[in-house]
Amino acid sequence: MAVSETRPPVRETRPPADANRPPVRVSAPRRALRLLRRHLVTIAGLGTLGYLILPNIVVLVFSFNKPNGRFNYQWQRFSTDAWSDPCGVADLCGSLGLSLQIAVWATLGATALGTMIAFALARYRFRARSSVNTLIFLPMAMPEVVMAASLATLFLNMGIQFGFWTILIAHIMFCLSFVVTAVKARVMSMDPRLEQAAQDLYASPVQTFLRVTLPIAAPGIAAGALLSFALSFDDFIITNFNAGSTVTFPMFVWGSAQRGTPVQINVIGTAMFLIAVLCVVVGQLAGKRRKRS
Amino acid sequence: MTQTATPQSGGGDVRLQGISKTYGSFTAVHPLDLTIPAASFFALLGASGCGKTTTLRMIAGLEDPTTGTVALGGQDVTALPPYKRHVNTVFQSYALFPHLDIFENVAFGLRRRGVKSVKKQVEEMLDLVQLGPMARRRPQQLSGGQQQRVAVARALINKPQVLLLDEPLGALDLKLRRQMQLELKRIQTEVGITFVHVTHDQEEAMTMADTVAVMNGGRVEQLGAPADLYENPATTFVANFLGTSNLIEAEVTGMGGEHLLLTAGGTTLRLPTRRCGAAPAARTGGKVLAGVRPEKMALIHADRADAVPEGHNRLPGRIKDASFIGVSTQYVIDAHALGELAVYEQNIERDGRLVPGAEVVLHWNPAHTFGLDAAQSPLAGTDLDEEAA
Repeated sequence: MAVSETRPPVRETRPPADANRPPVRVSAPRRALRLLRRHLVTIAGLGTLGYLILPNIVVLVFSFNKPNGRFNYQWQRFSTDAWSDPCGVADLCGSLGLSLQIAVWATLGATALGTMIAFALARYRFRARSSVNTLIFLPMAMPEVVMAASLATLFLNMGIQFGFWTILIAHIMFCLSFVVTAVKARVMSMDPRLEQAAQDLYASPVQTFLRVTLPIAAPGIAAGALLSFALSFDDFIITNFNAGSTVTFPMFVWGSAQRGTPVQINVIGTAMFLIAVLCVVVGQLAGKRRKRS
Repeated sequence: MTQTATPQSGGGDVRLQGISKTYGSFTAVHPLDLTIPAASFFALLGASGCGKTTTLRMIAGLEDPTTGTVALGGQDVTALPPYKRHVNTVFQSYALFPHLDIFENVAFGLRRRGVKSVKKQVEEMLDLVQLGPMARRRPQQLSGGQQQRVAVARALINKPQVLLLDEPLGALDLKLRRQMQLELKRIQTEVGITFVHVTHDQEEAMTMADTVAVMNGGRVEQLGAPADLYENPATTFVANFLGTSNLIEAEVTGMGGEHLLLTAGGTTLRLPTRRCGAAPAARTGGKVLAGVRPEKMALIHADRADAVPEGHNRLPGRIKDASFIGVSTQYVIDAHALGELAVYEQNIERDGRLVPGAEVVLHWNPAHTFGLDAAQSPLAGTDLDEEAA
């Protein structure tokens, strides 16, 4: 330290910055760069959001189109014809109903089975536990088309008629892994003392499960169920291989895309999107109100 | 829910007979006999891993004993599951139900037993722990101290025969812990329920409990009233775990009236014969550990050595370290061949010369000396990390 004192400080050799000097004019690109630097997070966020919802906006806009010809790919003029008659295209609403029906049953089946598997994997130590843990991930990791083809082969060899039931069995199978993953994470993070506390407070094993375990695991189960519904509803590849002559909504959209795309498809798509957004908004409002009270 | 033991006013006694717990080859609790009288405040004290929590969980029914029986209020409950035992637990992490509000948390036990009108009881209970206005909050919206009180209320509302507390104050800061200690003691006196409290904090055990059982390595080392344990420790573990002790290795050289005469490091010390109950070799030629609490020793500068009262034990030494902590000053004395000794001096009339490096004489009334078996390690119970103490 003593050495540096004998030497003149280096900083002094530079002319001192004058605080009263008017600011130097900054060139336009540099100003843009400064703006970008300051708002980088906001800009990136808005960009990503746009990237995510732009396709939905396009679907929404084109649901009000009145196309010339059979293809709804070019904007012509505004019309609410499709919205006033969503079932106006033959077989569209039938396939939609079938898809909803399959999605509901697949969700119920996969959620019930998956929750049980998740509890077993999270709570108990058994011989095949680690291999089951790995196998559960297989449907998620395997290419869908491979699974679709092998399922079709299996059903064919077992002599099972393709249709509603083969679709349902296939859907429950691939939804299972998602439910197991979601519920298991929740159950693993649950404090085992909560159940002990319930037993200590006179709750029998059944009451403990219904009053403590299940309500605490509920968000995980709900997440698994929502995922199942969404996955089952819009699955195309596996369904297409195992449907036989049955036509679900995604298959209907695919099929019609070859010959022309009715505006009603955009209407159904937009409606689904809006219902999902509405569910999220209502859920968040309810959560906020509960927190406030 | 009629199968639960009939609730009775006041507490029930707990009787453990030959109870033990082993996990594979590891023995958490060695066969243990323990009787906890009704309406008493009983503490199981020990370092982590000493088996105190396992013992508590066996009383609650959350752990099956490997051998032995548990009896509550005269009834053998060993085979009963936790939900059929009239015992409630305050868990270490409180284990409040996150999906229920405070009111429902407290009402949980009553509802499970089929009590219809819970409102009045829950409100009274919340008032007792001063949480009335919080009834509709969720546990995670409460502070640590408030959550702890909810956990106590949730257990107490069931009027159990025995309330089990598993380190209930471990997560609280020091000031709040002191406050809750007094609060729990007040509640216990008020409701007259038997409290069994598990803790690693010796100060907490001594302030709250009527009887303390000191556990070490799955065994009860000593059981008694706090003052009794402190004044007459039976083992070096108890002597070191409860407060601090100076343990001096000495040889018995003879008898002098009511005292044994000991030689340690060339100095003669006196030890009352009646305080040698825990030292089987306390006869001429044998070895004992002579123990003295640091606050019972006095320090005097070597120049004034002649001012030491007649009949006191005395040891020469040099001050190695002195730390001033307000009410007292804690000295570490290098007593030459006898190693280091701790002395706590009240800050009343301090001799300015008592600074590190000064030659001093330690002295104390021989009546404050206790004898321990020299066959055990004089360091037992000293190297335990006092987590959060």
